[in-house]
Amino acid sequence: MTSEASRQARAGDSPGARAMVNGEASRTTRELFLGEGAGGGTQNLTVNIGPAHPAMHGIIRILAELDGEIIVKSDVEIGYLHRAFEKDCEVGPWNNAMPYTDRLNYVSPLINNFGYCSAVEKLLGIDITERCKYIRVIMSEISRICDHLTCVGASAMELGAFTVFLYMIKAREFLWELVEDVTGARLTISYGRVGGVKADLPAGFDDKVKKAFVEVRQVLEEVHVLITGNRIFMDRMVGVGALSAEETVAWAITGPLLRAAGVPFDVRKAQPYWAYDRVQFEIPLGKNGDNFDRYLVRMAEMEQSMRIVEQALGALPGGSIQVDWEGKAIDPAAYVDRGKQGKTEGLLFVPIALSPNLQGQGRDAQKRVNAPDKRVVLPPKENTYGSIEGLMNHFMLVMEGFGIRPPMGEAYFAVEGANGELGFYVVSDGSDRPYRVRCRPPCLPPVAAMSRMIEGQMVADIIPTFGSVNMIGGELDR
Amino acid sequence: MDGQAILARLETRLGARLLGTHDHRGDHTAIVAREGIIEALTFSRDESDLRFNVLMDLTAVDYLKLPGREDGPRFDVVYHLYSIPHNHRIRLKVPVEQDDPVVPTATSLWPIANWLEREVWDMFGIRFAGHPDLRRLLMYEEFEGHPLRKDYPIERRQPLIGPKV
Amino acid sequence: MGVGSFFTSKLDEAIGWGRKYSIFQYPFVTACCGMEYMATACSHYDVDRFGAGLPRFSPRQADVLFVVGTISHKMAPVLKRIYDQMCEPKWVVAFGVCTCTGGFYNNYATVQGIDTIIPVDVYIPGCPPRPESVIDGLMKLQEKIATGAQRY
Repeated sequence: MTSEASRQARAGDSPGARAMVNGEASRTTRELFLGEGAGGGTQNLTVNIGPAHPAMHGIIRILAELDGEIIVKSDVEIGYLHRAFEKDCEVGPWNNAMPYTDRLNYVSPLINNFGYCSAVEKLLGIDITERCKYIRVIMSEISRICDHLTCVGASAMELGAFTVFLYMIKAREFLWELVEDVTGARLTISYGRVGGVKADLPAGFDDKVKKAFVEVRQVLEEVHVLITGNRIFMDRMVGVGALSAEETVAWAITGPLLRAAGVPFDVRKAQPYWAYDRVQFEIPLGKNGDNFDRYLVRMAEMEQSMRIVEQALGALPGGSIQVDWEGKAIDPAAYVDRGKQGKTEGLLFVPIALSPNLQGQGRDAQKRVNAPDKRVVLPPKENTYGSIEGLMNHFMLVMEGFGIRPPMGEAYFAVEGANGELGFYVVSDGSDRPYRVRCRPPCLPPVAAMSRMIEGQMVADIIPTFGSVNMIGGELDR
Repeated sequence: MDGQAILARLETRLGARLLGTHDHRGDHTAIVAREGIIEALTFSRDESDLRFNVLMDLTAVDYLKLPGREDGPRFDVVYHLYSIPHNHRIRLKVPVEQDDPVVPTATSLWPIANWLEREVWDMFGIRFAGHPDLRRLLMYEEFEGHPLRKDYPIERRQPLIGPKV
Repeated sequence: MGVGSFFTSKLDEAIGWGRKYSIFQYPFVTACCGMEYMATACSHYDVDRFGAGLPRFSPRQADVLFVVGTISHKMAPVLKRIYDQMCEPKWVVAFGVCTCTGGFYNNYATVQGIDTIIPVDVYIPGCPPRPESVIDGLMKLQEKIATGAQRY
């Protein structure tokens, strides 16, 4: 029912609206509460939802003007998680922005890391190694699955399907174990580096991926059985929060929401970066652009992401990592001592027994994953401690006023984030710190369009729509 | 369409209102005078071989401390456009003076410009003439100043409650 | 216990023991830490083992306020209001380093520790804290509750 029709229906005198008080049949319920002369018509009610609302997993405030249960007009207010990302980036050197990018879209931080790195690399005009490209693809896709799992799980929970949430977080936990193996952290990973990544993949990574994907696939199957086709779920999702393809484009919405409306735009296909042109995958498309299609697109995308990871692992140049030390490895402390005592002759060729938390950061591994560019990439620790050139190289990159210094100019690089096009626009003034870093947040446009999506619908429809928008505060407010 | 060809089309259309172009690192950029920006955006959106139908991003840069631009206009408002049918990108930049930080609004062309322009107003204090609802987007109404301006110190806090630090 | 056996206790100890295992928390989730909060609350780490398995999404029904994630100056009045709405006895857990001290967000937008606004009982540092440290913090809170160290 449209809001206009419902208003007309209720403006008429229905028997229930009249109250019998002291025999005065002419007084309406409304007059009883609001006094004589309040009239028989209806008045819209303004309801404030948020910023801390039980059924919403983000902090955003919706001021809704209601006509009964129908939202006539709404105003969405954001900014409750503004953490000055763009200003913070301007303070430190180029690589120091990495932890801040983690916390943009904190459900898929790896994509943010790599997106920012690629923008800076574009500004510097350097190319990364082939192996690093594949690693970025693999880790980005794992991150994307985590993001979609969280999004679908959380929005299903808000519709009452708590089991789905438990299952999906369980699956995410298996993926986070992979992420932890590679990066050393579960969530805020800071794994990207300008010119490469922090460390190579650990030994036996592909077996672990295989095992984790078995679990994830099983969870996806269970979730399909539980909610795809479930009457309650369908009733709340189908036809709710829909936007047409034209409108979605006009609102600059990208990602799963755009593809749910039937527009096959995906940065990975349209303008392939890293190694996306060398893997086979499909772009899942929806038709109606409603919440249910968005759910289906996300579910299908997870399967495609797993496909990409499997192909990329198979094609990984250099094969899976088998660290093969030649000669006797010595303790890092002994290595540093030898360097300090000036016994550096031949030291560069002595391998170090790295502690497990430095796995993948040895000289050989660094060579595989980092661009051979001394202006940008820190030398491996063996060189730093083992030779004066390495030490100077290291100092030149970490000292204030030195470090990575892209030439004056600007660059925009877009990657496909979990919510759509994630762009970084970086401006350099030629110094060692960014002049300006702008993040094009993929979830700002859908949140901006949210008042358009929920107008004319019921109050309860806010919840599934908000869930399908996948608002991530860190990215929305930055 | 090739980036240079897009810039050539814009040049024939805008004439003297196109202040300059560059393609640093392959990002084709047109610097457009304020008077020509709405025409440039409309032209880019509607022309059949350009069809830039997505306003990917709208932001600004404060050039107060950029070496070599001390005398030039202080701000640039930056538009990133993308065309889904043709799969090409372009960047448009509008220089804005500090004394008169006003740019015509693009809300009539793309609804998303509404929020993006509000953000630029919030962060840089650049106003958009004709904007239907130019409020702060991220900060609160009580906040004074525009934090992303280079002369706003990063640690100047304006708390609503709690100790004033 | 057989017939005739008995044990003595102080009333507040008994109450403290009871309270310790019926923590109804209100997760005031704003940011990244919420992801780890979710992970802690779900099957792998399972806070239900500590009697804290049921989050109440209303301050009126909760007795522990979990402040999860960065609090910006725009959000601070909301947090204060939610704290005021909770019934006594109440406890506050600062979850994540942003809530403890502001973390690495030393800028115009971020509150430098929620203890400038509301009192805090347990601080869980970490950015974000791992589920293990969350559980550790929760157990510390339980001790505090059991010994009756709450404010009235």
